Amino acid sequence: MSFDNAYEAISESNDEQHWAFGTGFDDPLSDVDKTILSDVDRADLATYCLMLGDDALILSQRLAEWCSRAPELEEDVALANIALDLLGQARMLLTRAGEVEGAGRDEDALAYLRDEPDFRNVRLVELDCGPGPGGDFATTIARLLVFATWRLALMTHLTNSRDPVLSAIAAKAVKELAYHRDHAAQWTLRLAGGTDYSRERMTVALATIWPHLPELFTPHPTELRLAAMDIAVNPATLKSEVDSVIGQVLTAAALDPPATPPPAPVTNRTGRDGAHTEAMPPLLAELQHLARSLPGATW
Amino acid sequence: MRRQPQSSPHPLRGATPGPLYPVGGTGAGETILPVDNSVGVWTAREIAERVPDPELPVLSLADLGVLRDVRTGPDGRVLVTITPTYSGCPALDEMRADLRTRLAEAGYPDVEVRTVLHPPWTTDWISDAGRRKLAEHGIAPPNRIGPRPAGPVPLNLSPPPARVPCPRCGSPRTTELSRFSATACKALRRCEDCREPFEHMKEL
Repeated sequence: MSFDNAYEAISESNDEQHWAFGTGFDDPLSDVDKTILSDVDRADLATYCLMLGDDALILSQRLAEWCSRAPELEEDVALANIALDLLGQARMLLTRAGEVEGAGRDEDALAYLRDEPDFRNVRLVELDCGPGPGGDFATTIARLLVFATWRLALMTHLTNSRDPVLSAIAAKAVKELAYHRDHAAQWTLRLAGGTDYSRERMTVALATIWPHLPELFTPHPTELRLAAMDIAVNPATLKSEVDSVIGQVLTAAALDPPATPPPAPVTNRTGRDGAHTEAMPPLLAELQHLARSLPGATW
Repeated sequence: MRRQPQSSPHPLRGATPGPLYPVGGTGAGETILPVDNSVGVWTAREIAERVPDPELPVLSLADLGVLRDVRTGPDGRVLVTITPTYSGCPALDEMRADLRTRLAEAGYPDVEVRTVLHPPWTTDWISDAGRRKLAEHGIAPPNRIGPRPAGPVPLNLSPPPARVPCPRCGSPRTTELSRFSATACKALRRCEDCREPFEHMKEL
């Protein structure tokens, strides 16, 4: 090492040598072809990118909570790797959202400086499924199984989007999500086929997650408008594919799909409209605390 | 696992750039060219191709298949095009910085590094030399998958079949311990004969 003081090595003057996870990253879409098709409504496209980006960002934050707290070291690493993949997808999608919006907001501004009603994620991803008091490892696995299966189907169809950036992001995401889904499916089998106790926890976990499935297939007007133009995917069209894959996993695990009814709608608004659960404010507080306490800070 | 001295993705990684080649990163039969940073000795492409990957420094960016294009304009400006391995690959920014540093040292101060997402990277882009170097360093290389079929990705309910021989003793009897290892691109396996754990760069 060629520095005398450890602080010197992490100072700005030595920035090029950093292995840094914080601000100061280049724009992740720095020189990707950013063409915006002339027939597309920019506000709609920006909103759609936010929806898909927020799904990934918020679940990434939830999975990161397992860091150092997973049941075994390998799983700690696995959940962190899955979170990192989702964070990468979120960064590209939020960057695209900011560019399409054209108001000068970058990925950091969108992640750290929006308030709860401006987040467009489905509510499934914001739930506390453990390690907090709202769940346990089985609940996290049940949510990941549902989410990764749904998002894999969505991204597979999105590879045919006429938007060149969405199509390219989707093509990368598909490969990653296939690993996430299979990982969750294999854990579902292990927990269901383990002891009576692990099977009971897995059964309870599915019952906890199941009420949040219908929202995944409820199209938002923005999604419908863009789907009609072959830019977005209408999530209603994914239901049979997702049901079939989850059905395969549950059959292999000899588990019955729960018959839990969905929660009563809140003034007919969903996460896609910015209506969130009580789990969202503390999540955002942790996610945004540093950036909001020290505006303009770099780390 | 044996690691190269400069391989640790540590925040305090030395401020002095390493040699032009990854130490020990070249296999038998490969010419080890002397390190000479004087201007004009190497083309920008030759420099860029030899920049080591930040996470797998036994591989160059060319071996890894993430270097898509290197062009030098008449004004000496160099345009390098790279593609990320995984969406969240934190090494991408490091690659950009390394490319700029190495090219600047070699006399190309004006460098632009562009990112392309299409066509998406797969492990099939890793060169034969890259596969050999991975195995030599104790990392089982990924199998080649070929063109992926369109449509839904089939579900895998059990770990993939053991098509991954041990990079140390060659035994085909190996078991997956964890689908995710120290980086997103690797899985952790164990050889049932020599009992050594090893990493496998998994197929993407």
